Amino acid sequence: MADDEKRVFLTVGTTAFNELINTVNQSDICNVLKELGYSRLLVQKGRGQVDPKQPENIEGFRVEHYQYKESLHDDMQEADLIISHAGAGTCLEVLNMQKPLVVVINEELMGNHQLELAKRLQSDSHLFYTTCKDLPDLLRNLDISSLKPFETGRPEKFASFLDKAMGIS
Amino acid sequence: MWQMYFVLFTLFMGLVGVFLVAYLATRLILLLLDIHKKRKSAKFPLKRRKQNVKTMIIAGSGGHTAEMLRLLPQLGDCYSPRHYVMASTDKMSSDKVISLEKERSAGNGRHAQDYIISQIPRSREVKQSYLTSIASTLYAGLYSLPLVAKSKPDLILCNGPGTCVPICICAFLLSVLGLRRIAVVFVESICRVESLSLSGRILYYFADHVIVQWPELKDKYPLTRYLGRLV
Repeated sequence: MADDEKRVFLTVGTTAFNELINTVNQSDICNVLKELGYSRLLVQKGRGQVDPKQPENIEGFRVEHYQYKESLHDDMQEADLIISHAGAGTCLEVLNMQKPLVVVINEELMGNHQLELAKRLQSDSHLFYTTCKDLPDLLRNLDISSLKPFETGRPEKFASFLDKAMGIS
Repeated sequence: MWQMYFVLFTLFMGLVGVFLVAYLATRLILLLLDIHKKRKSAKFPLKRRKQNVKTMIIAGSGGHTAEMLRLLPQLGDCYSPRHYVMASTDKMSSDKVISLEKERSAGNGRHAQDYIISQIPRSREVKQSYLTSIASTLYAGLYSLPLVAKSKPDLILCNGPGTCVPICICAFLLSVLGLRRIAVVFVESICRVESLSLSGRILYYFADHVIVQWPELKDKYPLTRYLGRLV
């Protein structure tokens, strides 16, 4: 396996999000990804019913998939670009790895308060936030360098607050 | 003659009742004022605590447990013993808590594990309607009162969802009755950017501290506390 190949990892967690998988798997989108320098698309398809296919007429671009794994950490770590559903856990995990992230919201799940987080993180330029409909355009004009680094959370601040509030010093 | 005793007795019991209600109402008001004052100020008690803080930790499920597990490893060993409470259907949370506690005891080289886990019925399943939620929350409340009264923690840490509300209400009742002063600390999920969750909105009125992770929420709910992004 050539280690210099650039990889895209598409993950939907435990949800079913066929529309996203179908959108990214279109051959013109795979072509866009290839032109951006990516040569492999790995899809974690979750509860979705569709199997991503190898697009025809594209040389040097591999599409692979699996349903679910205990931990997606390794696949995220190996990826150079991650496309994901709006799950809060996934967003934070990816951003903590300082990987470029495109969050695609599932419009069938409106009212999901997890969207608030993705929207907020986009307004701070930590990720791109889009819908399936607008994803092709976003990828065509993808500029990873416009993303700002994400500072990891500081759980120790909670501990020091609690110590003070409880009178432990 | 006996009628007179009866009238006197009724009057006496009535007076006792009135005093009791007045006493409890005063305690309630004083407690709420104390909480309000603490939540508005940046100062903390100067009294140094000598004993351990007996801590009850409510593991919500899914993302809530994940966020709680990011906070817990930072807490010192003085938060002990730790009493974890989780929904009986939540196998994932109990597995994660057990492995966290293993790491903790490996980290400080002690073999004795200073924690217990209790399971309670879930107060609200995802997508359950608000009306049936009230019934199942009351049901969960029946479990919560003996749980809190027996455990007698000094501190309850929770971050939602609904499961934590009946437990915190029971803790507040014990504080009002003067049986045990239990501090309730609620940490709102990182997912909440624009508004507090239902649990957060309920606990906003009587928890000792409500911590939010976005400055916008602090602006909107001035009695919350913003310490920066925690998870």
